[in-house]
Amino acid sequence: MRHLLKPDDFTVQELNALFDLAADIEKNPEKYARVCEGKKLASCFYEPSTRTRLSTETAMLNLGGKTLGFSDADSSSAKKGESVADTIRVISCFADIAAIRHPKEGAAMVAALNSSIPVINCGDGGHQHPTQTLTDLMTIRSTLGRLSNFTVGLCGDLKFGRTVHSLINALARYEGINFVFISPPELQVPDYITDMLDDRNIRYDIYINMEDVIARLDILYMTRVQRERFFNEEEYIRLKDFYILDAEKMKKAKNNMYVLHPLPRVNEISVEVDKDPRAAYFRQVQYGVYVRMALIMTLLGVKAP
Amino acid sequence: MLNVGKIEEGLVLDHIKAGKSMGIYKHLGLGRSDYTVALIKNARSNAMGKKDILKVECDPDALNLDVIAFIDPDITVNVIRNGEIVEKRKLALPKMVTNVIRCTNPRCISTIEQELPQVFYLADSRHKVYRCRYCDERHTEKGSKSWFQ
Repeated sequence: MRHLLKPDDFTVQELNALFDLAADIEKNPEKYARVCEGKKLASCFYEPSTRTRLSTETAMLNLGGKTLGFSDADSSSAKKGESVADTIRVISCFADIAAIRHPKEGAAMVAALNSSIPVINCGDGGHQHPTQTLTDLMTIRSTLGRLSNFTVGLCGDLKFGRTVHSLINALARYEGINFVFISPPELQVPDYITDMLDDRNIRYDIYINMEDVIARLDILYMTRVQRERFFNEEEYIRLKDFYILDAEKMKKAKNNMYVLHPLPRVNEISVEVDKDPRAAYFRQVQYGVYVRMALIMTLLGVKAP
Repeated sequence: MLNVGKIEEGLVLDHIKAGKSMGIYKHLGLGRSDYTVALIKNARSNAMGKKDILKVECDPDALNLDVIAFIDPDITVNVIRNGEIVEKRKLALPKMVTNVIRCTNPRCISTIEQELPQVFYLADSRHKVYRCRYCDERHTEKGSKSWFQ
């Protein structure tokens, strides 16, 4: 049985097939409107989530399936002390596929080890968030037209941002990707990521100022500085406005450089950038639904009609 | 100096870092076995100053020695038959170690989930890096101390 716990659970060939399917769903949504009729998705969210939960549930509804579940730990048996292993064993009796988000790292793996239905990791603490990575890859493929030979700039909190780490790992498997890491010294990408890139002879550059490098980029992936990752409020306040992408900075970028962001945005992208055709972050949300639809079909073994 | 006699058949684990032999005794499950075991602590060593030695009278193939390579790859494993050393066994790092070390990441599911085995996988054999199967946290010596001693 297949699960999705981390992005590299799928080979590059499998990912390409998944993105081909998602692209076909985008073009012909009505063709897929009933392929999961009679199937149920259990969405087990032990911590709050807006985008990921609604996107995953929307994906199942778009395929003609149904959803059930809980959206915080207080409304589940976890409050009574039930283990993740026991919860998933029970849910396996109700649903055909489960999507799980849990504050503890590795919770989705424990679920998968004890499950008799496919498990989708929708975020396990600061560890993995593979459906976001699939969304990011799908957005790059759809906007840029390829997943190889481009320069991607990752900007903001590169130290704590799990989406950034997952995306770098996933992109490192494709040909000809140049990475540009733009962050304050305090929020630089961890050593294990740069060690991995060094081992594979993949080029990366490190910058502090976005303006120094924005003209070189094909993709700019912005991230939010997350308050919850800081022990020191002063440090957070000092760093939170370090990067603000505005129309002035966008003038220096290529005409076909696209801006992505995993959302939610706080103030790292000025609202004036939203109307720039290169702003792809709201389209990214839509691609997230298509790619999750393709993922649910793939894990359930449902063939395209 | 204390003398412990030769064994006829079994294993002699030599060059154990002083103080580590009790951990190895435990992880090889020797406390539960019927084998004759001699555990020598703080023996004099020219190369190491002090070392531990573990002698086990048993079928030399009866024990799973993978965990020893994880604890210390420099330990010498001598295979004894008819009172003589017939082989010096080279140990490879195990791909997985279960319930030998524990994850120190407070955000890891293994800190709250009942009866979850502590499993680490070999992530980088060149640098002997093990990571937690669940959260991928890197194992450090600091994390293992409470378990070994």
